Amino acid sequence: MIHRFDVIVVGAGGAGLMAALHASARAKTAVISKLYPVRSHTGTAQGGIGAALGNMEEDHPEWHIFDTIKGSDYLADQDAVKIMCEEAVEMVYDLEHMGLPFDRTPDGRIAQRPFGGHTNNVTKQPVRRACHAADRTGHMILQTLYQQCIKNNVVFFDEYQVLDLLVNDEGRVAGVTALHIDSGELHVFHAKATIFATGGFGRLWKITSNAYALTGDGVAIAYRRGIPLEDMEFYQFHPTGILGLGILLTEGVRGEGGVLINGLGERFMPRYAPTVKDLASRDVVSRAIYLEVRAGRGINGKDYVYLDVRPETVNKYFEQDGIKNPDGTPRRITAQDIRRKLPDISDFCKTYLQLDPIKSPLPIQPTAHYAMGGIPTNVNAEVVVDSRNTVLPGFYAAGECACVSVHGANRLGTNSLVDILVFGRRAGQNAAAYVAHADWPALPAAADGPARAALDAIRGGTGREVVAQIRADLRALMMDNVGVFRTEALLAEALSKLADLKERYRRISIMDKGKRWNTELLEAWELGCMLDLAEVTARAALTRTESRGAHFREDFPERDDVNWLKHSLAYREADGQIRMDTKPVTLGLYEPAKRVY
Amino acid sequence: MKVKVKVRRFNPEQDRRPYWSEYTVEAEPTDRVLDLLVYIKGYLDGTLTFRRSCAHGVCGSDAMVINGRNRLACKELVKDTGRQVVVEPLRGLPVVRDLVVDMEPFFRKYRSILPFLINDEPPPYTERLQSPEARERFDDTTKCILCAACTTSCPSFWANDSYVGPAAIVQAHRFIFDDRDRGAQARLAILAEADGVWRCRTIYNCVDACPREIDITTAIGEVKKLMLVEG
Repeated sequence: MIHRFDVIVVGAGGAGLMAALHASARAKTAVISKLYPVRSHTGTAQGGIGAALGNMEEDHPEWHIFDTIKGSDYLADQDAVKIMCEEAVEMVYDLEHMGLPFDRTPDGRIAQRPFGGHTNNVTKQPVRRACHAADRTGHMILQTLYQQCIKNNVVFFDEYQVLDLLVNDEGRVAGVTALHIDSGELHVFHAKATIFATGGFGRLWKITSNAYALTGDGVAIAYRRGIPLEDMEFYQFHPTGILGLGILLTEGVRGEGGVLINGLGERFMPRYAPTVKDLASRDVVSRAIYLEVRAGRGINGKDYVYLDVRPETVNKYFEQDGIKNPDGTPRRITAQDIRRKLPDISDFCKTYLQLDPIKSPLPIQPTAHYAMGGIPTNVNAEVVVDSRNTVLPGFYAAGECACVSVHGANRLGTNSLVDILVFGRRAGQNAAAYVAHADWPALPAAADGPARAALDAIRGGTGREVVAQIRADLRALMMDNVGVFRTEALLAEALSKLADLKERYRRISIMDKGKRWNTELLEAWELGCMLDLAEVTARAALTRTESRGAHFREDFPERDDVNWLKHSLAYREADGQIRMDTKPVTLGLYEPAKRVY
Repeated sequence: MKVKVKVRRFNPEQDRRPYWSEYTVEAEPTDRVLDLLVYIKGYLDGTLTFRRSCAHGVCGSDAMVINGRNRLACKELVKDTGRQVVVEPLRGLPVVRDLVVDMEPFFRKYRSILPFLINDEPPPYTERLQSPEARERFDDTTKCILCAACTTSCPSFWANDSYVGPAAIVQAHRFIFDDRDRGAQARLAILAEADGVWRCRTIYNCVDACPREIDITTAIGEVKKLMLVEG
């Protein structure tokens, strides 16, 4: 079946819904998503969305810009950061106007809390910038955007898995091929403009905060169609995942005063970040946890530490640090404050740890969380395909699957929600403007042929390899070899083992040969995407011989601005090999400086 | 420990009627029922079909009947189910395959109650003001993740599937009691119809089923009460 829309949006998280809202206002638009929109991973974002509203204390978009650039370890493109932080303020007001139930200050304004790496640029102390709805801010953003899509009659194709990007003989993007999961039939979506908002790929790692759905399909599809991937070596590990499960415990816990404690009962972050301590940026805190564990200071000598938000602990350190409320009175919290401000966190701890955060410290470990890299775009959310930023007309990307780059080598907490809204909107608006004058790109002949061949190959496989086992081996390998600390030896070994895993993947077979709801088939196809992205990640990490942001090379422990103040690009060559290239970073506001928190 | 998992199966492509499959899985008491299903699918029976995504009770994908009660598979732990786990699809929605049900009738009811802020007054440049007390008024019902556990646990819904159901009423409550919203009359009119709130017989199954611990019966009661006052 062939559908025709001016604009196709792939993915229905925050970026996709925002793009759809804006595109559909001016152009015939449809959203294709492998999940029901309200199941998207935006809904799991907890702590807040960063915007310098200044509702609780002095703040300025300029400070947000500086914090984001510093947080990025100076790899972010500064023009894009400026746009994001300035538009953030308007985006938050827009969300409120759409009905988002933000928490409120006593005078009725949007409430804000401190978050890692967000500071008052004068005092260097944490600033209250994260606008929140309890600890379910992402849930409220996703629901609010979906509500607006219902109100505006946006067209959805729910539970369609996109398998291929259609690129015609002239090199123009002409839409996508998708599998209707319910019927098992392939559908071709012919479009003048295609927007990818397909999210990230945390499932590459064994311990992750990411949903099962996050297998990097969109990023892998673009890569296979010749689009280079940018900065793939930069993958964020969030410091506080629930031990063993990886479920996120928001930075908002530390924003409310929670602290990290090692096996000696010591609050260790002041040794790593003397000024902002537990509210340093995520790369810094995750490394600190690993270093404590390596030094034998994990809890009972094991591989985890505690996140402690018990009121007596929090108030002790508030007093020690002289932390004040906006009105100048000493800051204190009660058990009731924690339950009210962090209800979901309390629920997760009760359900999965059988612990009450008010009474017990919480065992945590870093968890694979967010891809800073992805499909390269410019500030208009147009996909760019080389080191000169040449635009590929008709193709857009926004959100975690894209690399603008606003996060550089390390994303600050709350900035992913800003990113999806600001660049989701830009993708939608620019795609709508583009289709108003663009002609229809020709559909490639037998457009769904490649997708059909890929699925048939999996269905027809007769080997003895098991998809779940290859996936488990892949995730363990990425955790051990391509995690927080990296070396040439670890990465080279990863690449060699990935080649073995890819070889095994050629010998898989599946039990389910049917059409309707064949999720075994889809999981097998997704594993192919994961293997491709793992290889690119490891290769990019091996190539970058410096340490910057989330990418830490023990054999090259310093940042090297002379050789590496630049983005990486990974191209897939015709023979499947990876070719690495670089592209300049856009500076202009702040010169790179040593990063101290 | 060894856990026996019994799953209600049905694939309309090949089965004339539903049947049961049984699997034995090695599990820890802290494992989620979802972990068991994922293991079975990965290593024992690739044809077992279910929805899942976030795996920690936020996305709402994996509501199903577990040992007779509506639960999210990712929030139900083996220590609570015991060594015998019986899993069935949600009741009252057509089975598509195994544990996957057709959610469209559920979302249709959701859309019917105008689930979006209605307010045509031009907003200020910055945020509309709202007191913390006014915000608190509808806090509980903002937690809904649209998993359908409540609606498909409701005997009134089983008896008459045109009943709008608890989830849609919860979503209506979220807007009706938001002092920024101006659509209460329109929603109350919809919910006053024959298939609206009055089909609720306060059986409380929904409260037991809700994985977000929303006090659903109270929310429905508040809507009914307002309807009588405004009526």
